[in-house]
Amino acid sequence: MEEQIITGKLNPHIDPVLAVWEWQIPVYLFLGGLTAGLLILGAISVLRRESSPTVLKLQVAVPVILAVGMFALFLDLAYKVHVFRFYTAFEPTAPMSWGSWILLLVVPANLLLIAGTMHQAWPRAYDWVQGRNWGERLTAFAERRLRPVAWGGIVMGVALGIYTGILLSAYGARPFWNTSILGPIFLVSGLSSAAALTQWVSRSEREQARYTRLDVGLILVEVALLGLMLIGMVSGPLQQQRAADLVLGGELTVFFWVFVVMLGLLLPVFLEVIHLRGKHFPRFLAPAFILAGGLIFRFFIVEAGQLTTWIPY
Amino acid sequence: MAAKQKKRYVMVIDTLLCIGCGDCVVACKMENEVPDGLSRDWVVEEVQGEFPNLHVEYRSERCNHCSNPPCVYACPTGASFIDEDSNITLVDPELCTGCKSCVAACPYDARFIMPEGYVSKCTFCMHRVNDGEDPACVSVCPTHCMYFGDLNDPESEVSQLLKQRQHKTIAPETGTDPNIFYLT
Repeated sequence: MEEQIITGKLNPHIDPVLAVWEWQIPVYLFLGGLTAGLLILGAISVLRRESSPTVLKLQVAVPVILAVGMFALFLDLAYKVHVFRFYTAFEPTAPMSWGSWILLLVVPANLLLIAGTMHQAWPRAYDWVQGRNWGERLTAFAERRLRPVAWGGIVMGVALGIYTGILLSAYGARPFWNTSILGPIFLVSGLSSAAALTQWVSRSEREQARYTRLDVGLILVEVALLGLMLIGMVSGPLQQQRAADLVLGGELTVFFWVFVVMLGLLLPVFLEVIHLRGKHFPRFLAPAFILAGGLIFRFFIVEAGQLTTWIPY
Repeated sequence: MAAKQKKRYVMVIDTLLCIGCGDCVVACKMENEVPDGLSRDWVVEEVQGEFPNLHVEYRSERCNHCSNPPCVYACPTGASFIDEDSNITLVDPELCTGCKSCVAACPYDARFIMPEGYVSKCTFCMHRVNDGEDPACVSVCPTHCMYFGDLNDPESEVSQLLKQRQHKTIAPETGTDPNIFYLT
């Protein structure tokens, strides 16, 4: 038997369990992943010379989505007036520092992709821009270098998508987060969210089918990665076994299996498969479940990590 | 002239003498003007065994000023740093954004957020140490169970105690190389 009594320690948001990150961080991680996914899918569309105007049109939503995500991040800061300090330093050991600079570099990568594909995605805006000296020069610059621009988009998208997972996995103090597979899971989840959004807003049945098929593959990969994560944890050291217990009978079991796995992954992939087989139902259903599932997954991960620790007090 | 040797300040706490009175907690709050509801140190009472064969250990705990500090590595702005003349881990409020990355990175949950928004924690009362005094918690301990000194000085009391007595650190398996030692 062991009993521990702690005197004098009840710091808000730290004790009895860590609760320093609330809704803002999951929202930011979700929108960061969605941004990364859209950037990557847009760039791949360019490299494959596909006629996928929707994913290229959606590139203009990227700065907005990213701005909302960064605003959520800003709201999380306890010392908001010092937000500029992220950009007066680069700390190579701190994933959050890498993330700050990656977020900054994603913007020009996205703007160049928009400029290089504007003639295809937004022809009227393209005509308007051509009347402006700066616009003509920018679009001409990006169009001439469209392949390097697309590759730049892929590099920055992958960096951002993986970073959202690495940010958490680098915290050795929190056993549920401390698995490097989180990076790939977050990247695949971001791509899946982007594919879901694309099939949702697309008006072309061919394009919808293409992104639905892609999404089915991505969700299956995500399910496999989640399975590998759990296998790694239950066969890992004691602290990770205890962390895995959270979803294997512990307090987040229902949250994980019902909301993340069943409603966020398995149900939408089932809906997508029967949609591809010609059965018709409201088209927004599967993408809505996928997007909500992606957001709920981030809420789950952020909460699970904060509940796990090396020291039980 | 020989180069000045870097100090390695450590705290050594004798669990056989500690009675868990909490004077260290009160002294820290007064010395460092820690706001109400927050604390830089605390006392753990750990009871093990089955009645009547019980073993009780009292430990005064705080930031471990780790030699391999995950909080410093996780800080995106350099606000968390190790003082270059010692191993004391500090926070510069001027650089802190209140992102709480260091809080999540600390396996000891030794950091907290001040009402102003920046992160704070034990400083080993560096202002007192620079004046040649012990940290406030050490100086008030009524059972004299706490010792503070330079582990790089082989003649220091802390070096001698750690040579002579069995000791442990908290959760060394986290790989943080803590600098608070408990005599057992």
